[in-house]
Amino acid sequence: MTDTKTRRDEGVVQPRLSFTGWLRWIWRQLTSMRTALMLLLALAVAAVPGAVIPQRSIDAGRTADWIAAHKTAGPLLDRLGFYEVYASPWFAAIYLLLFVSLVGCVLPRSHVHWRAMRSMPPRAPKRLERLTAHTSAEVDGEPEAVLEAARAALRRKRFRTHSHDVTTVSAEGGLLKETGNLVFHLSLIGVIAGVAIGHLLGWKGDVILPEGQTFANTAIRYDTPINAGPWVDTSGMKPFTVTLDKLDATFEQDVKGKGQFGSPRDFTAYVTTTDQPGAAARETTIRVNHPLSVPGATVFLLGNGYAPKVTVHDGSGNVVYSESTPFLARDNNYTSLGAIKVASAEPKELGFTGFFLPTGTIDPVRGPISLFPQALKPMLVLSLYEGTLAPGGRPQSVYTLDTSEMTPVTNAADTDNLRIALQPGQTFTLPGGRGSITFEEVHRFAGLSIRHDPGKWVTLASALLALVGLVTSLVIRRRRVFVRVSPGAELGRTLVSVGGLAKDDDDGLSEVLTDVLSTLTAATGERR
Amino acid sequence: MNQTLAGYANLALYSAMAVFTLSMLAYAVYLAALVPARADTRSALATDREAALVGGSGAGGPAPVAATAVGDDVSPRARKAAGMARSLGLLGTFILLLSVTMRGIAVERWPLGNMFEFGTFACLFVMVFYAIQSTRRDVRWLGLFVTAPVLLVLGLASTIWYTQASGVMPSLRSYWLVIHVTVATISVAVFTIGAALAALYLYQLRAEESGGRSFMNRLPDAKALEGMSYGLHIIGFPLWTFTVIAGAIWARQAWGSYWNWDPKEVMSFIIWVIYAAYLHARATSGMSRAQATWVALAGFAAILVNYGIVNVYFVSQHSYSGLG
Repeated sequence: MTDTKTRRDEGVVQPRLSFTGWLRWIWRQLTSMRTALMLLLALAVAAVPGAVIPQRSIDAGRTADWIAAHKTAGPLLDRLGFYEVYASPWFAAIYLLLFVSLVGCVLPRSHVHWRAMRSMPPRAPKRLERLTAHTSAEVDGEPEAVLEAARAALRRKRFRTHSHDVTTVSAEGGLLKETGNLVFHLSLIGVIAGVAIGHLLGWKGDVILPEGQTFANTAIRYDTPINAGPWVDTSGMKPFTVTLDKLDATFEQDVKGKGQFGSPRDFTAYVTTTDQPGAAARETTIRVNHPLSVPGATVFLLGNGYAPKVTVHDGSGNVVYSESTPFLARDNNYTSLGAIKVASAEPKELGFTGFFLPTGTIDPVRGPISLFPQALKPMLVLSLYEGTLAPGGRPQSVYTLDTSEMTPVTNAADTDNLRIALQPGQTFTLPGGRGSITFEEVHRFAGLSIRHDPGKWVTLASALLALVGLVTSLVIRRRRVFVRVSPGAELGRTLVSVGGLAKDDDDGLSEVLTDVLSTLTAATGERR
Repeated sequence: MNQTLAGYANLALYSAMAVFTLSMLAYAVYLAALVPARADTRSALATDREAALVGGSGAGGPAPVAATAVGDDVSPRARKAAGMARSLGLLGTFILLLSVTMRGIAVERWPLGNMFEFGTFACLFVMVFYAIQSTRRDVRWLGLFVTAPVLLVLGLASTIWYTQASGVMPSLRSYWLVIHVTVATISVAVFTIGAALAALYLYQLRAEESGGRSFMNRLPDAKALEGMSYGLHIIGFPLWTFTVIAGAIWARQAWGSYWNWDPKEVMSFIIWVIYAAYLHARATSGMSRAQATWVALAGFAAILVNYGIVNVYFVSQHSYSGLG
């Protein structure tokens, strides 16, 4: 007794929550609609930086440039994960909390809904005229017959009906609304599951394939390390092959307007493919929007460029290099950069580096540059280095020359660095008895991306199911309608009152009531 | 490419803009003429309110909805202006349809390949949607708020977004262009009208609180405006959901992966999440309809950013603005 008194003197005291009480409180907060709303808004805000700041997963080079250009903010944002927003812990925290909140909200609701679907509509309220929508009329017919007609009318409107007593019908319609709502939310879990399956069991790899060459699907054949999920066994990949016979590219030539002339219009890779080495060959094409399906993967044409075929002879006339060498485009007119590495040259290794220009010109200001993406006036502009191609045996990029342990070769007069300009069919004799270089012909290459994503069907099916659920939940109205009959003023007449309840604002509810009533009048006749 | 026909398409576009301008002015005259003269304002308002009360608590029939708020007691001048506005609006819509069709024939593809074409197509959908609505109920009061933004977008499209008739880049050569971009454009059109109604609702709410007299008195009341705005948003949201799904399917065809976190995809995702938040906010007890409506307007702001800024200034695989 004294205890309570002293407490009262201390003022209002919050109820003490036990540990489980706190957990329950947190859970209830997390699964509330208000929290879900806040998390949704937080998700929208958190997604913004990924659209504004360059992302590593999309363009690593641009990201590095951006960090270098922003001396203070750059490294700080890097530590906070702003260059991989969608893989960052804070972004994951938001969507995981959102999904926990979703599950915590949807599962109990599913349970409630399951019970609601199996239970009967509730008893009619005593006074129907107190409901938001209600109407009444006197019609011909005995009360039982009128009630039966009302029940039939409601059933035709897809209401579930039940009579708790002989003078009323309770009807409920639109339970599918909640079903749709729950299906929508549960399907979102399926979308996430599909994404997760793709990350765990999917893989992708890129390969640059010059015309005339064959790619065989093994992990080591890829240009960049194959990007595989943790559960993928890359040694068990299906060994299909793809040979690039020819690559066609067309560009806008008719329309001269800004931003249009020279724009790409069509890329087609003509390929021969086999399901495994030695199997029956099949000729087909890969185009943008028309990928090629092969066993266990899909092959996409995502890039293209030029791979001039170059032959290098040594001083005694032996062929030391003869390959289609891919040069990577760095602008829309395919001004391309590349390197020719002649490791078997004697006595020193030789490295050529420079430009391939499909429609070339040497601009006095900008240097070697291409004016159009099509090979109208192909040109190789190279400089030559000699020394060690791979210092310390470090792995090297195929497309750039590491000149840290090489020296530039000068021209015959020894006045400047050697500059080689070649057109197809031309040969240049290298100074100092180093042999010669020949630009044989122009080839193109296809940039292929080969991918496998076993989760995509789960994601697609879930997304479509979510859409169906969403439309269902937005279109259908949940309504309860009650009908009560009582004997009319004269024999053979019945007073019918109809009342309706809706979950939300419902302009159509009173229309339903009038409809039901007019069916009764039509069926039994009304006399005023 | 048929540049002559594209030229005719542009002429039709300018004509449509001229006709829409006249239509907009006539709608403005209509609204101005709706404002009751000072003397009879009070009585007119009283009658309106009485009618509303009778309708609301009456023993039977449905409560008066939106459109009836603008009664039949409009002055002949207003009625004439609205009639002209509507005819001109329909004429302009027809000319715009002609322009878009000629453009499509001229470029020998579905005319949704760059920002100029998105803009004109979206405007066409807004006007068609408005025309359909106007056959169902009295939405003359909405005319000004629809034709004004349409004219603004058409003006931008025909000047700074204009792109010469030409083909499209390889990744756009797909039947998914027809599906994905058309539905995206329709849903943006629906969201635009929804946003116009949302803004009118918030303004009406303030007008009702202050009790001042303006033409807003003759528009549907705040509750009705909110209901109409919500009705449009729940059409737009599934359409936008479909847009994102169709875009993902197409992205897988064209770029090899159904979701690349490309800036345009991120913005579409953000728009989807904001409108989802709007639907939640509207269903959350303790949140007012006005607060929820602000969320819807935030969603529309995101659409504007997505269209006007991401398309032009962001490095994206969706860089199809055609603005070079």
